[in-house]
Amino acid sequence: MTPGEPLIRWDWVASHATEIATRVGEHVELAAIAVFVGFVIAFLVSLLVLRFGRLEQAATFLTGTLYTIPSLALFALLVPYTGLTILTAEIGLVGYTLLILMRNIVGGVRGVPAEVTEAARGMGLTRAQILWRVELPLALPVIVAGLRIATITTIGLVTVTALIGQGGLGYLILLGIQLFFSTPLIVGAALSVALAVAADGALVLAQRKLTPWTKGARALPHAGLPPGT
Amino acid sequence: MPQRGATVVFENVSKRYEGGAVALDDLSFEVPAGAICALVGPSGGGKTTALKCVNRLVDPTSGRILVDGRDVMSVEPVSLRRGIGYVIQQVGLFPHWTVEQNVATVPALVGWPEARIRDRVRELLDLVGLDPVRYRDRYPAQLSGGERQRVGVARALAAEPPLMVMDEPFGAVDPIVRERLQDEFLRIHDRLGMTVLFVTHDIDEAIKMGAWVAVIQGGHLVQYASPADLLDRPANDFVARFVGADRGLKRLALIAVGDMELRKVPTVREGEPLAGSGRPADGDPYVLLLDAQGRPDGWVNVERVPGGTFTKGMADPSSPLFARTTRARDALSGLLVRGVRTGVVVDDEDRYLGVVALDDLISLLGRARA
Repeated sequence: MTPGEPLIRWDWVASHATEIATRVGEHVELAAIAVFVGFVIAFLVSLLVLRFGRLEQAATFLTGTLYTIPSLALFALLVPYTGLTILTAEIGLVGYTLLILMRNIVGGVRGVPAEVTEAARGMGLTRAQILWRVELPLALPVIVAGLRIATITTIGLVTVTALIGQGGLGYLILLGIQLFFSTPLIVGAALSVALAVAADGALVLAQRKLTPWTKGARALPHAGLPPGT
Repeated sequence: MPQRGATVVFENVSKRYEGGAVALDDLSFEVPAGAICALVGPSGGGKTTALKCVNRLVDPTSGRILVDGRDVMSVEPVSLRRGIGYVIQQVGLFPHWTVEQNVATVPALVGWPEARIRDRVRELLDLVGLDPVRYRDRYPAQLSGGERQRVGVARALAAEPPLMVMDEPFGAVDPIVRERLQDEFLRIHDRLGMTVLFVTHDIDEAIKMGAWVAVIQGGHLVQYASPADLLDRPANDFVARFVGADRGLKRLALIAVGDMELRKVPTVREGEPLAGSGRPADGDPYVLLLDAQGRPDGWVNVERVPGGTFTKGMADPSSPLFARTTRARDALSGLLVRGVRTGVVVDDEDRYLGVVALDDLISLLGRARA
């Protein structure tokens, strides 16, 4: 950047407070939509995989392939079809959440101790009751672990979508790069990190509220991150 | 809250898996209403498969199982299972539900009103010896192994099933807790009177708990008998080996001394004059001295006492006292430990009933050997 210039010019921050707030709002919106839509898709795919085990390979291959495509290339490939729109951004962002979310939902349900589902079956719970009342609640800690990773990743990735005219805080970063001006760049990056930390903390709190049975007791065998995440 | 027990009939039940493996081969036996039946045998022998056929966790390939005369295959599995209590070794409590929610599982599934469920949970926790106020709101992870097993039994009993199937229900706890849980379960069974089928690999547990014992090996029913018959007349060498070389002693464990034919011996009361008692006719100089309430003080040799009256100080108290409910095996052990030949059997108020001799116990042992 320009020599002699301070890293952050607070007067610029002060005069652009409204714009910064708008960008934060956009950023949260882009990330929230991506994680929400990603979760819904991953959840439905997971139910299918849990019901029809044969689908697992195909689902893992597809989501895994999506996960490996460089984000910049993916957005560039989509632009001719969907334009410089929020749809383009979300397709990419959603795509990156699927692998992590699906693996954690499927893994979480499969990690429910066999004796618990056996007892449920033996007492006359239907298949659906076992899934909704027993397996999914018990998989919550693992599912939330996946949500946390997907959320953090997505919040970081949203900045890249600035290249296709979206981007929330990514816009500030891009602005800083284009203008050779460090202040918006640092503000954008720092706020993006802060958003990720805040979202992660909120998810941890939500999980504690949702899984009171794990509190004060010894850790359940399936709690915590599954291998590979 | 006594319940009715269901009869259970196995009719030529077989289970073959694709590929030809035979898990069960032509099992036929009948469990009368209200009885406890133990399925016992080496692991992998098919006893758990047989048990799971009852609530259709496994469907047999041929044969029928009738519960109260109705073929279980004609009942939809989910509603069948709601009518049969189910307990497994690992208990399988729902970790995310409180004790109350766990116990209420089946009543809630079949739609009992909330107030009735609450009452029932309280009643059941009392029944299995857990204070409802202290335990109702706990999660399974906050319970000991024995407490979890009790909650598991309460959960299985919740909807008053006439039949319970249990797979190694007392297997996952230490021996002391296991024995207590067994005794508590027998007490509960006495009160409720449901029919119980349970799997165990422990022959002692089978003999202790079961009115009927089904020995299952390699998918075959090798013997179906009462514990006494099983010990007296094992069907073949396998059963004889399985029940153990000490089956005579195990047989004694099934008999209470109060049920044996007790010997009567000459007795005298404290304060009676010596002269009146005389010497017993059979030449044995010993008489049993009782106090005013009829409680035994011990033996007195009438040839070796000075004149006057019988007093407590003369009595030799070396013979152990046995309650009527004392097992013959424990009586034998008590005599051997003390190095004496007779024990005195007393009633609930410690009053003399009769005498059991070492020879009587040994002759019982001999019957099982034949």
